[in-house]
Amino acid sequence: MSDEANKGLLSPLRRKLLMGMAAVPAITMLPRASFAQAPATSAVNTTGLAVTDTEVTVGILHSATGTMAISETGSIQAEKLAIEQINAAGGVLGRKIKFIQEDGASDWPTFAEKAKKLLVNDKVAAIMGCWTSASRKAVLPVVEQYNGMLYYPTFYEGLEQSKNVIYTGQEATQQILAGLNWIAKEKGAKSFFFIGSDYIWPRTSNKIARKHVENVLKGKVVGEEYYALGSTQFNSVINKIKLTKPDVIFTDVVGGSNVAFYKQLKAAGVDLAKQPLLTISVTEDEIDGIGGENIAGAYACMKYFQSLDNPNNKAFVSAFKKMWGEKTVIGDVTQAAYLGPWLWKLTVEKAGSFDVDKIAAASPGVEFKGAPEGYVRVHENHHLWSKTRVGRAKLDGQFELIYETADLVEPDPFPKGYQ
Amino acid sequence: MIINSRFFNRSELMGFIALAAVLFVILPLTLDVFRLNLVAKYLTYAFVALGLVLCWGYGGILSLGQGVFFGLGGYCMAMFLKLEASSVENTKIQSTPGIPDFMDWNQITALPLFWQPFHSLTFTIFAIILVPGLFALIIGTAMFKRRVGGTYFAIITQAVAAILTILIVGQQGYTGGINGMTDLRTLKGWDIRPDHAKIILYFVEVVLLFACIGIAQFIRLTKLGRILVAMREQEDRVRFSGYSVANFKIFAFCMAAIFAAIGGAMFALNVGFMSPSFVGIVPSIEMVIYTAVGGRMSIFGAIWGAILVNFAKTSLSESFPQLWLFGLGALFIAVVLAFPNGLSGLWADYVQPRIDQLFASRRAKAGWNDNSVADGAPAE
Amino acid sequence: MFGDYSIGDLGSIFVMQGFAGLILFSVYVLMALGLAIIFGQMGVINMAHGEFMILGAYVTWMTSNLFQTYLPSLFSGYFFLAMILAFLASGALGMVVEWVLIRHLYKRPLDTLLATWGLSLMLQQAYRSVFGAREVGVELPQWMLGSLHVTDSIEVPINGVFVMGLTVLITISVAYVLYMSRWGRQVRAVVQNRVMAGAVGINTEKVDRFTFGLGCGIAGVAGSAFTMIGSTGPTSGQLYIVDTFLVVVFGGAASLLGTIASAFSISQTQSTLEFFMSGSMAKVLTLLAVVGILMLRPQGLFALKVRK
Repeated sequence: MSDEANKGLLSPLRRKLLMGMAAVPAITMLPRASFAQAPATSAVNTTGLAVTDTEVTVGILHSATGTMAISETGSIQAEKLAIEQINAAGGVLGRKIKFIQEDGASDWPTFAEKAKKLLVNDKVAAIMGCWTSASRKAVLPVVEQYNGMLYYPTFYEGLEQSKNVIYTGQEATQQILAGLNWIAKEKGAKSFFFIGSDYIWPRTSNKIARKHVENVLKGKVVGEEYYALGSTQFNSVINKIKLTKPDVIFTDVVGGSNVAFYKQLKAAGVDLAKQPLLTISVTEDEIDGIGGENIAGAYACMKYFQSLDNPNNKAFVSAFKKMWGEKTVIGDVTQAAYLGPWLWKLTVEKAGSFDVDKIAAASPGVEFKGAPEGYVRVHENHHLWSKTRVGRAKLDGQFELIYETADLVEPDPFPKGYQ
Repeated sequence: MIINSRFFNRSELMGFIALAAVLFVILPLTLDVFRLNLVAKYLTYAFVALGLVLCWGYGGILSLGQGVFFGLGGYCMAMFLKLEASSVENTKIQSTPGIPDFMDWNQITALPLFWQPFHSLTFTIFAIILVPGLFALIIGTAMFKRRVGGTYFAIITQAVAAILTILIVGQQGYTGGINGMTDLRTLKGWDIRPDHAKIILYFVEVVLLFACIGIAQFIRLTKLGRILVAMREQEDRVRFSGYSVANFKIFAFCMAAIFAAIGGAMFALNVGFMSPSFVGIVPSIEMVIYTAVGGRMSIFGAIWGAILVNFAKTSLSESFPQLWLFGLGALFIAVVLAFPNGLSGLWADYVQPRIDQLFASRRAKAGWNDNSVADGAPAE
Repeated sequence: MFGDYSIGDLGSIFVMQGFAGLILFSVYVLMALGLAIIFGQMGVINMAHGEFMILGAYVTWMTSNLFQTYLPSLFSGYFFLAMILAFLASGALGMVVEWVLIRHLYKRPLDTLLATWGLSLMLQQAYRSVFGAREVGVELPQWMLGSLHVTDSIEVPINGVFVMGLTVLITISVAYVLYMSRWGRQVRAVVQNRVMAGAVGINTEKVDRFTFGLGCGIAGVAGSAFTMIGSTGPTSGQLYIVDTFLVVVFGGAASLLGTIASAFSISQTQSTLEFFMSGSMAKVLTLLAVVGILMLRPQGLFALKVRK
């Protein structure tokens, strides 16, 4: 049905409006309620949110400036795309989504300040936003105090659960364990070298990975190193890697440091085709800066790759490129950010209300069949059930899917035995 | 510089009245709590700016490490608040209840020794003043006794800011790392988060700010202040007159550090968290910017600078994030090139004479009534 | 911690680690040379130095893209042209900045710090608007990738060797220009006594402009060399600025030899410490040591006169 619509509507003038229709076959699967007569505002909004008879306002809160803009741009784009598609498909409870975008400017207090503004002044019904753990930690007390709803896209360290947050990325155990199991089985890996950026996410992830390697895989961690964010000199750690000769290098280096790390690794003669390297921090976005030739052969472990071969994803990728240009790449977090508005819409329709309390209560069990990564479902703990996948980086900057878990992996933000 | 025997001369008195009217009456009446809380955040930088007027404007010592002191004060306060927020029942989900959450995440199982005293509010308040003060004393003594010059001092304070940031980020088990200390809740059982608490905190902060203004003004008017200025102009002559230049510099630097620390502590209270992003080089230089824009020679000018630049930052970055950095950069260059005394210099050169004129003509006709000095235009 | 390793392993690791230190050394020297000229010779605190470096990096990136599109056959040699272009671009921008901004501020060194900080904000935003917020990766010609295989455990990265060679070359040329050429003598004359230099007929304004341009140009070359080992983004320049200033100050601002000696000692300390502890602690300890020594010996390692 959406294909038919697509044929007749190629006028460039209207392309933008119609892109949403073209993009998501999943729209056809949505409940008919979205096209039905809109229910009265007084019934669906009892707490004074910014909902009118025709519109509902949500906030987008990411860094458009500062050091994190590099990473967060993709999330902003994905959220805007999802909102446009939802509007093209009839909106939420018969109301168009309007968004207010605020810039967190890579500065955590600014995030808290803007979140407060969105909730207190603009009365937004939900916030799609945050990227780093630090910004989420800054925003969390605000959304809890003013009873807002935050959809957070990044894979993160876990150890957190809130009524007011839906975590659309993976928490650490979900992301890491399957990847470690796979590489231990496939490569017979016994010794691991951990290297990460120095903040909470890599440290917690490595802690979980270490427990898993030592207790479950019966392997050994031969080194664990942290470098300050933004570091560009990795020669010392590369020497240590060469000295300890680990079976697997396990990395969670983030941001610009990645570029330096992989370039120097390659220059030091470490051939990723022979030396297995498993990263949980490099998505297609990062490879753009690293350069495919420097990282080809490395394995990445996350829930989404742009190259996933399923109809949902193909439609998503083409809609994304149509909206933001052919050269854009889509990483794991970008996809997770795309889920935010959709999950919110589905939850609102399930709850029949925009009230935050009702949405929070209705969230567990919400299913999104049209997700580019495949079917996802919200867990009791407000994280997503999702598959974990391992991909191998190719020269062209894309990942080739090597392995995916057979079933959805249960999110477990407070893993027993890993703390 | 003309020394006035009164505490404030007339224009200063007007500045004082105008600032007090705006902060005590106009803003609380016109702004909602959210915006008022933003003003409270801006005002925390006014403390730093005030300190910079003393040590940079009068003493000629440019410190690019005020963020260090701001951060030390803020972290002291935040440690106290964090401990209170980490009561056993609040943190029962952790593997070790009763310690701050970030320690638990970093496998620390007991409260470190240096955290222990921060259970006491009295100790915390002393620490907010003394820790940065002593730190400034050490740096100042080491540098000024050896007569390290202005630019070198600036670069070394900058390095200190870098070191402290790396240290805080690296020792995240003890400091919260790059996330900082978040989710601060109560002060001696009094919830600092709801609206009425924000209003009370705002007024506490304004009162403190005026107390600091008083101290700064007092220092300026005593012989001490005059020696500071003399030192800036002709350091050697002051030294040859028998004064210990180093001691005066150390004093000014310590005062600036303490003011900054008070600002930092108020920041932790008003904003509800503290993070290393206020300690490093960029925030430290921004603090100098506020002072320079407002006027490094004017106590009130610097405070206005802190408020206005931050206000511009919030509103411009809301609507034109692209333009904001261009604007800030250009503003900065303009301040340095065209009007080195900042807004207060402009005021003194262009607005003040008109007001004086106005007063002169008015006084001839009738008494003076208000301080509607927006652009010096006649009222009727 | 050495228990598990054989003597041979240890030997090669010390060689490799020493080499890592040498690369860091080259990086520091490249960064600091331009600043040593601008700060040491002219007394201008150029906080936008990092942004001049990044300009060089972006020029390199554009050159590599141009070659890939139009002259793929010559791609292996593009880097040399890119470095020259980077030098010219950063140098030209430097001269413009000197003319517009710096020349008004020679008597107020602290104010140059503030003004150039404003400049660096504007340049960052300009890069972001032109090149986008994402970091760009420069594709290197094939011969620069990989490493020389010395023994089984010792591998020498080719781009590291290249950076080192470049450093030596630039250092020698700068030393030659400053100490041997007629123009260098004019520069030093202006630095030592501006009025007298003017009195004997040296065009001091012109000398200033070219000196500043030269310093910025070298920063551009450094940025170009950095694309081999690091990343290029609008704010990458800020990362280096404190390190660079410390290197120059630690060396004793007016001395070229001091800059080299200080770069060497800082890089070797950091690189050695990094092997025994975490990267951030190594950095903290190195910086602390530098600041500590500067407090005891404010004039730096090699200096004529610092006190004012």
